[in-house]
Amino acid sequence: MTADRPILLRTGAAFAALVLLVAALGMGAAVGETAIPLDVVAKTVANRLWQAGHAIEPIDEGIIWNYRLSRAMVAACCGSALALCGVILQSLLRNALADPYILGISAGASTGAVAVAILGIGAGILTLPIGAFLGALVAFGLVSALAVRAGRGTGAIILAGVAGSQLFNALTSFIVTKAANAEQARGIMFWLLGNLSGVRWPDVWLALPVALLGLVVCLWHARALDAFTFGTESAASLGIPVRRVYVVLIAVSALMTAVMVSIVGSIGFVGLVIPHAARMVVGVRHGLLLPASALIGAVFMIAADVLSRVIIPGQVLPIGVITALFGAPAFALILSQRRSAL
Amino acid sequence: MTLSAKGLSWSAGGTTILSDVSLDVRPGEFLGIIGPNGSGKTSLMALMAGIRRPQAGVVTLDGRPLSAHGRQAIARRIAFVEQQAETTERITARQAVELGRTPHLGALTPWSRTDDAIVDRALEEVDMARFSGRLWHTLSGGERQRLHIARALAQQAPILLLDEPTNHLDIGHQISLLQLVREQDLTVVAALHDLNHAAMFCDRIAVMQGGRIVALGTPAKVLEPQRLADVFGVTVDVERDSTGGCFIRYRRPEPRPAKLKLVAEA
Repeated sequence: MTADRPILLRTGAAFAALVLLVAALGMGAAVGETAIPLDVVAKTVANRLWQAGHAIEPIDEGIIWNYRLSRAMVAACCGSALALCGVILQSLLRNALADPYILGISAGASTGAVAVAILGIGAGILTLPIGAFLGALVAFGLVSALAVRAGRGTGAIILAGVAGSQLFNALTSFIVTKAANAEQARGIMFWLLGNLSGVRWPDVWLALPVALLGLVVCLWHARALDAFTFGTESAASLGIPVRRVYVVLIAVSALMTAVMVSIVGSIGFVGLVIPHAARMVVGVRHGLLLPASALIGAVFMIAADVLSRVIIPGQVLPIGVITALFGAPAFALILSQRRSAL
Repeated sequence: MTLSAKGLSWSAGGTTILSDVSLDVRPGEFLGIIGPNGSGKTSLMALMAGIRRPQAGVVTLDGRPLSAHGRQAIARRIAFVEQQAETTERITARQAVELGRTPHLGALTPWSRTDDAIVDRALEEVDMARFSGRLWHTLSGGERQRLHIARALAQQAPILLLDEPTNHLDIGHQISLLQLVREQDLTVVAALHDLNHAAMFCDRIAVMQGGRIVALGTPAKVLEPQRLADVFGVTVDVERDSTGGCFIRYRRPEPRPAKLKLVAEA
């Protein structure tokens, strides 16, 4: 970290990041079963945002605005939020394999959402995202309690996470099988694998503020996350209020996971793999690692969504299938390289 | 700027580790803490650094309990080097030292040239400047230990707590590190293993045994053959020189009669 020089560099990098993100969103809107030229995408956005009055096909405009763009926006939010969760959990738990999916937080969120949607728990007061948030918190609480009981080793939390996800996935299946009708069950099973098909603008207005809030809170704690490099005692001796940082950051990652799961289902490996990819590019410092992970996560998720729509003509693949197809081998790679981390 | 402990107690898993420990650290002194393994040195250091809260008793900084100071305020006054803090992050030597600036930087404070200069100096003082770009996992135990010390120096706190700082170091680096710490204008509390080092560098020595401080005073007063025999179970000769310094010579233990008897019976 050197002083002064970065001002120009940083503005440049931030600008490049923005360009990349906009380009990805544009591609997300342009590519699909019917390819729509990028200039039509640009005109649609201009029409909708500034009443530019470009003459374009109403069908194209409808597809872009009502389906693809909202979808790409949610994919971007979801990708960055999950990547940020991965960075936070890997830093706080000092474990290269931590992410919301592996620790069972996503599974807990799914159970919470399903409990609200099918069992009607909360009598209409609890919405799907709140149910998911509570489920995520319960799952994390359970998994950490189990990990503490199992011993202090950094591997314990991963094993506890495995147990936790199995439990919550079983609970979800139980609830679905017991209480849902056939159509609900089919819909939920599809949603569980990660699905952006039903996403519309109202989902964006939920996902975007949460992702932005998450990014701001994370960046605010960037130095604190750095201070965890040598463990919690070392962080405390560097002046970090360890417990408060834990509570705030775990709550934020549970919130981000829950909101994203309630919109698109539980999507694996993004939170695990993206932070490692970002570390290879920008290093381990959280001031850079957090925004880089958020950006890479967003672009990756948009690309995965596009791929899920075009890879089998006429069919939409659950996006979780795509992320797992990329993520599982990457997971194996991390596992073999960082044996000491477990 | 004074740090003091009053009536500290600490136990873990039903075992009492510290009981009723009181200790006043004098400003500017080098206070050594010696004692056998498990005598409570590390726990005392952690409590004095405010990393753990005592179950009974209180640690005060400038007359106010540590718990009344903010975490960041404590870190600006007390730097603490634990035993063997490790990481699997791909962090460079310099980045590890840069962490020492954490208590001086808010969430929005930019990293400054002053911070760079402080980190540079800390790296030079522990003789690690030429390693600054090396990755943590490529460094030896001794090099890592020197970086931890550099991180504590970069923290620029007037009080330095060191838990067995010379572990992993070769004799040359052990002595130069203690000399380096001694030369700083700091109040130092260090848990030490080597009694001769304690005698050489400390203004005062506290001797711990079974979770209590059993002696406290200048090296010449504290390091007595009878006490060392009681606490460490070793037989020593203590040589004193005209300037009040003392040296400890260990004697090889006499063969144990019980063992001889067993051999004889067999």
